[in-house]
Amino acid sequence: MRLAEALVFASRNVSELSAAGVALLFALSAGATALARHFLITRSIYTACALACSALAALGMCALIAPPVPPVTVSLPIGLPFAHTLLGVDALSAVFLIIVNLTSAIVSAGAIGYGVHAREPQRVVPFYPAFIGAMNLVVIAQDAFSFLLGWELMSLTSWALVVSDDRSADNRRAGIVYLIMATGGALALLLAFGVLAGAHGGYSFAQMRAATALAPAAIVLILTLIGAGSKAGLVPLHAWLPLAHPAAPSHVSALMSGVMTKVAVYGFVRIVFDLAGPPRLWWSTPVLIAAGITALLGVLQALMEHDLKRLLAYHTVENIGIVFIGLGLALAFRAAAMPIAAALAFIAAIFHVFNHSLFKSLLFLGSGAILNASGERDMEHLGGLIHRMPVTAVAFLVGCIAISALPPFNGFVSEWLTFQAILLSPQLPEWFLRLLVPAVGATLACSAALAAACFVKAFGVTFLGRPRTPAALAARETDRFSQVAMLLFATLCLLAGVVPGFIMDALARTSQLLLGARLAPQATQPWLRIAPIEPTRGVYNGLLVFVMIALAAVATALIARRIAAHASRRVPAWDCGFPDPSPVAQYSATSFAQPIRRVFGTALFRVRERVSMPSPGDTTAAALEVELHDTVWETFYAPVIRAVGTLADRLTRLQFLTIRKYLMLVFATLILLLAVIGLSRS
Amino acid sequence: MSPFDTDIAHLLAGSMLLVSFLLLYQDRMFALLNVFALQACGLALSVAWQAYLQQAPQLFITAVIALGFKGIIIPVALHRIIVRLGIHRSIETVIGMGPTMLFGMALVGLSIMVMLPVTQAAGTFVREDLAFALSIVLLGLLMMVTRRNAVSQVIGFMSLENGLVLAATGARGMPLVVEISVAFSVLIAFIVIGIFLFRIRERFDTVDLHALELSGGEST
Repeated sequence: MRLAEALVFASRNVSELSAAGVALLFALSAGATALARHFLITRSIYTACALACSALAALGMCALIAPPVPPVTVSLPIGLPFAHTLLGVDALSAVFLIIVNLTSAIVSAGAIGYGVHAREPQRVVPFYPAFIGAMNLVVIAQDAFSFLLGWELMSLTSWALVVSDDRSADNRRAGIVYLIMATGGALALLLAFGVLAGAHGGYSFAQMRAATALAPAAIVLILTLIGAGSKAGLVPLHAWLPLAHPAAPSHVSALMSGVMTKVAVYGFVRIVFDLAGPPRLWWSTPVLIAAGITALLGVLQALMEHDLKRLLAYHTVENIGIVFIGLGLALAFRAAAMPIAAALAFIAAIFHVFNHSLFKSLLFLGSGAILNASGERDMEHLGGLIHRMPVTAVAFLVGCIAISALPPFNGFVSEWLTFQAILLSPQLPEWFLRLLVPAVGATLACSAALAAACFVKAFGVTFLGRPRTPAALAARETDRFSQVAMLLFATLCLLAGVVPGFIMDALARTSQLLLGARLAPQATQPWLRIAPIEPTRGVYNGLLVFVMIALAAVATALIARRIAAHASRRVPAWDCGFPDPSPVAQYSATSFAQPIRRVFGTALFRVRERVSMPSPGDTTAAALEVELHDTVWETFYAPVIRAVGTLADRLTRLQFLTIRKYLMLVFATLILLLAVIGLSRS
Repeated sequence: MSPFDTDIAHLLAGSMLLVSFLLLYQDRMFALLNVFALQACGLALSVAWQAYLQQAPQLFITAVIALGFKGIIIPVALHRIIVRLGIHRSIETVIGMGPTMLFGMALVGLSIMVMLPVTQAAGTFVREDLAFALSIVLLGLLMMVTRRNAVSQVIGFMSLENGLVLAATGARGMPLVVEISVAFSVLIAFIVIGIFLFRIRERFDTVDLHALELSGGEST
């Protein structure tokens, strides 16, 4: 009874309570700033963050299960003088409130142990709660000003975290690139809101929803795609992401990759699905094309990478592509008046957002554990860690399987749902979309296969084989808090994969709110299976697959034990007749990726491989050099940077003019302006 | 109000504009000073006429200031400076006399084109007065741009300021404080520029700004 009352209270006051949670997080930040030098502060701040985030996640669940009727929006008398700050939690906000805070809570719990290993925790701790608070503010904002305020705060605090270790030039460069991209993205969003608000300037979301008929929706779509897409990491706006995400401390990387990109997806969904009004049929085209390219290019660049954290960051780009494929499909189906299909694609996308936040945070925490234990991010210097870090290895393996979209974990379910939506595309009325969607589907399939290859590489080279360096040999298992956090994530990955029906049902209210349609209830299906379209077509039973895999694995193990000798012996592996003691001679990440690099890389990244063999009698080592070009950077960014440099050089001359020439400039400008006035008036 | 009232105001303002054109092509220092003093007298008369028309006694003070400062004190002081600098015999080569005059005429056309449509609401009297004033401002700027001698640039600046005061008095209702402060700022500008003239001459042995341009600001 008490619990029910508490639930009702929480759901009735969800907006106020979540606002209080955000305020608490900002207060924590202020407290951490004041007491940064204190010995115990790091652990207490992370503990407090974990508790606050758990509370906020619980609030989100309350708001999703028992929504307040009618929806409540609190209006706080702070912010701009003529506009109040509006905060509220609707079904979409609630879902993202859960995603943001569930992940943040577990990451913060892991950071209780991990965060103290950082070289200077007082450079990280003050910004960390504010970063989470800002992401929450974006999610619960109900007017454009608070949304943008939260968005900018999120960018700035995460920037501060990226450059928290400013000794390395790479990190400083990452910080600059990130700052520029974040500013550009925020500007695009600002303009999008400006267009949505129209001439009358109603900046609350409710007013924008009412005024959508007037706004030129195409501009809004493109601006949002630029603004939210640059934050999420859509190609070609992803350039900052693989630089900035790995530069931060690993638990912050987990939040940036696992949560912040999701907030960007929220921004896109909020504007395009909620505020911009009914979509046109062509809207899905740019989204789908960008998403397909993003998925493929992200995974290919990840394959070329042998820095573990950068590899994970590129995979974030790929997964954002998958999410946007789902969103693009939802737009197409919605414009074509196929509400059930739209709901399916939308739920697939949001489900993947949830899944990715889980396994990407898990993987980043794992890479952090490895970085802590060995001081290495480069996979070519690791190896054999499964013996030294068994818990991390198991959790990391779960993350790898989940992100490779293999059953019975959660990544499979959301990608399967996306494919189910793609299979409905022949019913689309537009011939162009009927051609485009299967092409995007093929890209998705290709990228899923490549992702699996990539994670075989990541896990195999890092955890299997023999240690390649003394640092890897000396690695020790990470602390308890991080272990618990990783295992929690792994369990959630499994649960979401085994009983996906509950999550899909929870998302139904969101699709009802935004698309006006929901799938049939899934949790009530027999045997916990899911059948999103019809009971006879496209059925997946996570539980059954899990049981079968478990049974098969146990049976295989038993049979193997029965046939093989009973006692296990540890002997050196057979060396194929080449007893080379050097662990460098093992299969490496570069050699693993070579076939794929040759197939895809030659055209996409202008890969050149050079083998320099010493001449006979020469004792120097042979060398393999791989030259790789970042084509996106060289095509889109380098010319802009060059142009800015040239222009700045040219404009330097303006600083060395004579007085008379300055006067002439002023005079010419004045005359020009007067002429404009004169001509426009006459 | 007799029909001649506005005509007289226009006559005075127009004669100031005419004097501005005269300023543009004076190539001797003393002649330049005399013409400037003439313009200042025109300004004083114009302001006094406005004071009479608008029944605004404070404008008489402005007129007296204009006559005293710009008509007498500044020309006399500049006269002395020129003598002390020893440039009273020098003839300034004014660049492109014909084109400059044509350009000045174009500027007058431009200011009429701008002012007449913009100030449709105001009375005709104010509108044309403003157009004259803007022309004088623009011609002053033009003079600053085309001249190379520092003294002529100072005079260009002062004549620009004459245009500003004319506009201010025509637009009835500019507070006296503002006018006095503008007058003072001109005075201070005059003093500062005067000091600068000597400093420049000390350093470069000339007040021809061309020498400054050649050195590019890097003193040896």
